[in-house]
Amino acid sequence: MTGFGPSRRSVLTAGAIAGGGLWIGLSPVNAGTEPASAAALNAFIRIAPDGIVTIIAQNPEIGQGVRTSIPMLIAEELDVDWGQVRIEPALADAKTYGRQVAGGSMATTLQYEPMRRVGAGARAMLVAAAAAGWGVPAAECSTAHGMVRHAGSGRSASYGSLASAAATLPPPDVAKLVLKAPHDFRLIGKPVPGVDNRRIAEGEPLFGIDTRLPGMKYAVFDKCPVPGGSVASADLAAVKARRGVAQAFVVPASGGEGALAAGVAIIADNWWTANQARPHLATKWTLPAGPRQTTAGDNAEAARLAAAAPQRLLVDSGDSKAALAAAVKTVKASYSYPFLAHAPLEPMNCTARVTGDKVEIWAPTQSPEAGRKLVAKVLGVPPANITIHMLRCGGGFGRRLTNEYMVEAAWIARAAGVPVKLVWSREDDMTQGNLRPGGWHNLEAGLAADGSITAWTNHFISYGGPQDFARAAGIDETQFPARFVPNFRLSASVMPLAVPTGYLRAPENNAFGFVMQSFIDELAHAVGADPLAFRQHLLGAPRRFGKDSLDFTGYDSGRARTVLDKAAAMAGWGRKLPDRQGLGIAFHFSHLGYFATVVEAAVATDGAVTVKKLWVAGDVGRQIVNPSGALNQVQGGVLDALGSSLGQAITLEDGAIAQRNFGDYPLLRLADAPPVEVAFVLSDNPPTGLGEPAYPATPPALANAIFAATGVRLRSLPLDTAALKA
Amino acid sequence: MPTRLRINNKPVTVTVDPDMPLLWVLRDELGLVGTKFGCGAGLCGACTVHLDGQPVRACQTPVSAVGTAAITTIEGLSASAMGRKLQDAWVSLDVPQCGYCQAGQLMAAAALLKATPKPGDGEIDAAMTGNLCRCATYTRIRQAIKLAAGVTA
Repeated sequence: MTGFGPSRRSVLTAGAIAGGGLWIGLSPVNAGTEPASAAALNAFIRIAPDGIVTIIAQNPEIGQGVRTSIPMLIAEELDVDWGQVRIEPALADAKTYGRQVAGGSMATTLQYEPMRRVGAGARAMLVAAAAAGWGVPAAECSTAHGMVRHAGSGRSASYGSLASAAATLPPPDVAKLVLKAPHDFRLIGKPVPGVDNRRIAEGEPLFGIDTRLPGMKYAVFDKCPVPGGSVASADLAAVKARRGVAQAFVVPASGGEGALAAGVAIIADNWWTANQARPHLATKWTLPAGPRQTTAGDNAEAARLAAAAPQRLLVDSGDSKAALAAAVKTVKASYSYPFLAHAPLEPMNCTARVTGDKVEIWAPTQSPEAGRKLVAKVLGVPPANITIHMLRCGGGFGRRLTNEYMVEAAWIARAAGVPVKLVWSREDDMTQGNLRPGGWHNLEAGLAADGSITAWTNHFISYGGPQDFARAAGIDETQFPARFVPNFRLSASVMPLAVPTGYLRAPENNAFGFVMQSFIDELAHAVGADPLAFRQHLLGAPRRFGKDSLDFTGYDSGRARTVLDKAAAMAGWGRKLPDRQGLGIAFHFSHLGYFATVVEAAVATDGAVTVKKLWVAGDVGRQIVNPSGALNQVQGGVLDALGSSLGQAITLEDGAIAQRNFGDYPLLRLADAPPVEVAFVLSDNPPTGLGEPAYPATPPALANAIFAATGVRLRSLPLDTAALKA
Repeated sequence: MPTRLRINNKPVTVTVDPDMPLLWVLRDELGLVGTKFGCGAGLCGACTVHLDGQPVRACQTPVSAVGTAAITTIEGLSASAMGRKLQDAWVSLDVPQCGYCQAGQLMAAAALLKATPKPGDGEIDAAMTGNLCRCATYTRIRQAIKLAAGVTA
């Protein structure tokens, strides 16, 4: 995950809006040469004569709070009160808005400064308009609460009254704008409730699935349980004869990754009628050639590969073989974790209307431009003919980075000749996912007498082809403790994959945290060291690897140490606990954020695990933009990790996913959600995102707490509590 | 055959299959899309509505089973003082992340406070544990119920 560096080569664009007012935008210098049209709603800010400021939220909202936090950046530098701000979601339009992706926890990282410059640019134009009108130097004017003031003459004017005049001025040079000093912030750093909260609480239409169009019909799309299958036969006549069913037809596969899968579409007057008709299709599938993947088969293959020489060597620094031979103690252990589903509560859905070669789409998507490309390719229409409305997503977690449901809706709507809302059933959603891949790690470490790790080897068993890893199934060469152990060897072997995989919250790291920080815990106990002290020793003196703090392959041991110590202090690390209760600690760096978690767990004699509390310390740079949303993200991310560790696994039987609904894929429940105390450590680094990095340290902290409570080391997720019986 | 319903204090007549779950009558036939589809199996609580003040899963309630019971959906929650208090607490404590489950959470919470105006943690657990939140906003859900109920956290 590299190459996300914020572009500093941008220019402000501005113009008048109908009815008198100002709009302002920001265009990358190198993207497109055509000037933006003032008539188009393509700017970040619109200021109306009545002083209402409309800020366009550029990114998809999946619950990470960017519809609130990113506009806050603009409003701060514009110097308006949040109460006079209205938020409007952007259309998908990369040319105007730049990257519009909910992924990689990158919104804050990429937008913290550019969006402030957008606000500052608009403010500068309003000041210039006021100064020109009053015949005073702009430097003598100040702004606050949506007003420009000139102290010398006692004059003031509202932004609304200045907007038309400002619209005639040339936009300032974006690079020369002076931004506020943090101590002057009025909005950034203050808790601001989500801008959609009231509409959510009152049940107003808001989410993708809430879309309704005139003449719209409802669709289900029946697909093969084994990916890659095609329709051998389906009783379309029986389905079409049912009351309320309008159409039923076979959809052929389009071919190509992430594109349209084969299946049968049923179009009806309401979704329930379409879904009820589904069993009557009695669809027979032609299954794809080749062996069908099973979890049992994968586990056997992983064991076979682990016993054989690794297929690839990824890192080999020092001499791990010699170091293991010379170690005073060696420890070997194998860890594994299962496939996971994203299971957002709003099932995949999309509404589409096709008129001639124009396609209009209403989608809950994390990656609209990728969807546009896919729809353009599969339907054979120019990308510019596709309009994508980015609707609020009922959860994302990475699932909506791929857009199969968007292509399906567009194809089905065109074939049906009416606007169509396609909704996947929960069972569709669970069985047609892009899974977090399972994996196996075969670890060995050597220890010196002083408790130093002298050697670390990992034979990673994953999925992929001869040359590469499957999507989200790789491992980065810098994954901790790389660079912190002198003799370090990382190798890998892969087996083929027959189901699609994808990015789940803190991809790869969500599993690596568990593996690495559990094994480190084993090593601490192997030498009789305190798990906190052992980690402090491993991190050593503060040092930094990588280009800068925005380098995904970097590592700052000082930042890791600070959050580790903070979480330990918050939890009262070292305190004595009753029998079968324990504290576990872990830390992890991912998505540019450093997090440490301490779990306090109690294990009953029947093995049942109760997590009493979690303490979490995180460092995502020098500024938390919206402390309310930030706290929510961290608490949610940590509890998400807890829920997945305690009960979630997707298994494959005969090539198909065995789990179907929340009955066999349990989510964490309120009664099982412990308190999560969170502290943000501010460090002198650029602010970065929070959707993902809080997750990975929690599963190992839980497993380590269970070990502290019981002496049983659980090396596989989900944690098998049956092994914990007294 | 037309089915007569009373939804949020308004009479409504629909002509649908009597087996059609109330969820889909609300969403697709009447355009009341605040009530959410999550699982279709009574496992997640996203579709929680009230029948005569009792919380039910609309996805598991055939429209023919409603009879003369008064239906309250999230769109009608603010008609009661307690409903408004809960909504205000949800907004001010910034409960939602994605927000998709929150209509169901609010309806479950409203039913809880109607039966138990000053709930303890155990009563909150029992009433709310059938409502899944994939974003795990449970800490704030609990706080918001207590705020609306005037119970000290």
